[in-house]
Amino acid sequence: MAGIPHDHYEPKPGFQTWLHNRLPIVAIAYDTLMIPTPKNLNWMWIWGIVLAFCLGLQIITGVVLAMHYTPHVDLAFRSVEHIMRDVNGGYMLRYIHANGASLFFFAVYLHIFRGLYYGSYKAPREVTWIIGMLIYLAMMATGFMGYVLPWGQMSFWGATVITGLFGAIPGIGPTVQEWLLGGPAVDNATLNRFFSLHYLLPFVIAALVALHIWAFHNTGNNNPTGVEVRRTSKEDAAKDTVPFWPYYVIKDLFALCVILVIFFAVVSFMPNFLGDPVNYVQANPLSTPAHIVPEWYFLPFYAILRAFTADVWVVQLVHFVTFGIVDAKFFGVVAMFGAIAVLALVPWLDTSSVRSGRYRPKFKAWFWLLVIDFIVLMWVGAQVPNELMSWISLIASAYWFAYFLVILPLLGVLEKPLPQPATIEEDFKSHYANPAE
Amino acid sequence: MFRKIAISAVSALSLMTGAVFAAEEGGHVEDVAFSFEGPFGSYDTHQLQRGLQVYTEVCAACHGLNFVPIRTLGDEGGPQLPEDQVRAYAKAFTVTDKDTGEDRPGLPVDLFPANTGAGAPDLSLMAKARAGFHGPYGLGFNQIFKGMGGPEYIVSLLHGYTGEQKDEAGSTFYENPVFSTGWIKMPPPLADGQVTFADGAPNDVKHMAEDVAAFLMWTAEPKLNARKDTGFKAVLFLILLSSLLYLTNKRLWSGVKGKKLH
Repeated sequence: MAGIPHDHYEPKPGFQTWLHNRLPIVAIAYDTLMIPTPKNLNWMWIWGIVLAFCLGLQIITGVVLAMHYTPHVDLAFRSVEHIMRDVNGGYMLRYIHANGASLFFFAVYLHIFRGLYYGSYKAPREVTWIIGMLIYLAMMATGFMGYVLPWGQMSFWGATVITGLFGAIPGIGPTVQEWLLGGPAVDNATLNRFFSLHYLLPFVIAALVALHIWAFHNTGNNNPTGVEVRRTSKEDAAKDTVPFWPYYVIKDLFALCVILVIFFAVVSFMPNFLGDPVNYVQANPLSTPAHIVPEWYFLPFYAILRAFTADVWVVQLVHFVTFGIVDAKFFGVVAMFGAIAVLALVPWLDTSSVRSGRYRPKFKAWFWLLVIDFIVLMWVGAQVPNELMSWISLIASAYWFAYFLVILPLLGVLEKPLPQPATIEEDFKSHYANPAE
Repeated sequence: MFRKIAISAVSALSLMTGAVFAAEEGGHVEDVAFSFEGPFGSYDTHQLQRGLQVYTEVCAACHGLNFVPIRTLGDEGGPQLPEDQVRAYAKAFTVTDKDTGEDRPGLPVDLFPANTGAGAPDLSLMAKARAGFHGPYGLGFNQIFKGMGGPEYIVSLLHGYTGEQKDEAGSTFYENPVFSTGWIKMPPPLADGQVTFADGAPNDVKHMAEDVAAFLMWTAEPKLNARKDTGFKAVLFLILLSSLLYLTNKRLWSGVKGKKLH
């Protein structure tokens, strides 16, 4: 399967050959597990396994939770309390599932920023990147709909605000919103379809994950040098790589285990730290909470949504040019989805021929500024809007777009990259002594 | 270099997370050293029993606990009332039977009745539905060290009354800076010496408030003791497994990777 030359599965005569001629499933499993992997991968390459684990964890705990949950506006909140109080180990299942979503997003953000730093999105891995972005979008949809299910105050009002975004589309907005909600407002029909889709989407994600893995197994992994594995011969390739099993399986399991120590400490000792207390109040359509705040993993994009208010000149300009069709609300929605779109388009926005940020001195500074920018957006997304916060969110949002639309295209032209190693082996030898010595 | 920056970025990110960011109005909430805080904390059975008594004699006049089954009063990690007392406690309520539609004395399998007549909120989850601590700068660090502050919020609210009151739109409001709007409809519920405890524990407002707040934390989180027990074992086991995997990994890679050169 992989383009990197290596030994393939040879079925032994008898049953193995019989099966192989009918269904080469063992060969696929063997090639997937034994794929030659660059031997210089650092600890930022562990998040893929963590993410795969999260998906499995969420599906398993979710399936069991669904056995005890009732998707009805009058019963949902109570059924969650039933899980917390009466179901054997139910409190643990629910806390693992709720905090599991946070671990999932925590890992995906590190995974995405790893890709941005080491240029993992560049040719020939654009399709891997695009599929990854689709996974991320599906994760956001799943996370959002899952948060609605307990039917707390923040569930209800979060659903009202987010579906309201679609209502901001000029002309067709209200119709689209009503179609999404299954009625004029968030109600039983909404809860039912969200439950149905929350159960469906993880399996869509699983399929996308299979494509994601297939895609990068075809191109080979990126690595911290960004230099490709030699494909000239099996021997050359072997000098740059180690087989995935056992080297990276064990390394990734170790990293996963350390992360799980922290995860279970959070689940067991502070399970509600990442949640909003207001969601322990049952949904009440007649009482709006003082501050509607999404879960932490949506905050950066929520901040961008809120940043473009009617008094920003860009918004006023667009409003004027479009004869008032694009108002501040719709502008914010476009900005929020645009912020994700520029991320998805980064393979074509980055003009540099050098893949890894390690050899791009100017890029490094801008990249770390983007990381800080992301954290600032996350913080400001939860603050009560006032003049200072509006300025911070506007500047931070502007930098997000500037990084992808201005800085990355220009850097490729203006920057003088450092020399890159000729091979992965050369770089590896310059960092580590020969193990035989 | 990348690793170092990455680690600091990760830790900054992990500390920053939390919908806890949400800045919230409301007055200052005092930290209380409850027995159930921290990784090893657990409920104090006697305190829960006293809290139950305060709830029954005072709060229950207006509030309900409609998510809590009465039988759980006998559960381990709760007030742990003996079975006969749980039965007697349930009997005091009149419940409309779901199957027959007729009124009968309560049974342990019933829930605490709902009580919304006075417009008072249900208290089952109140200790988790309020956060006492937010800062600094809306970052939520405080909650790592002090806890979410729900029970502390209840304690502070119960003795946060200034004594001022006003009439507005036909209702009386009492000034209480801990409450979100500063004026609360609930009259000061506790007075020194109002409840007499069988074990002779102090019954001033502050102590009674702490006892009932602890009890309400239990109604909100009845499996806290069990959760921490499980968690402690899980964390210990995972640390052991991590150590073994670390050694395995080191041994495995020793044939590929030599000493780091610089």
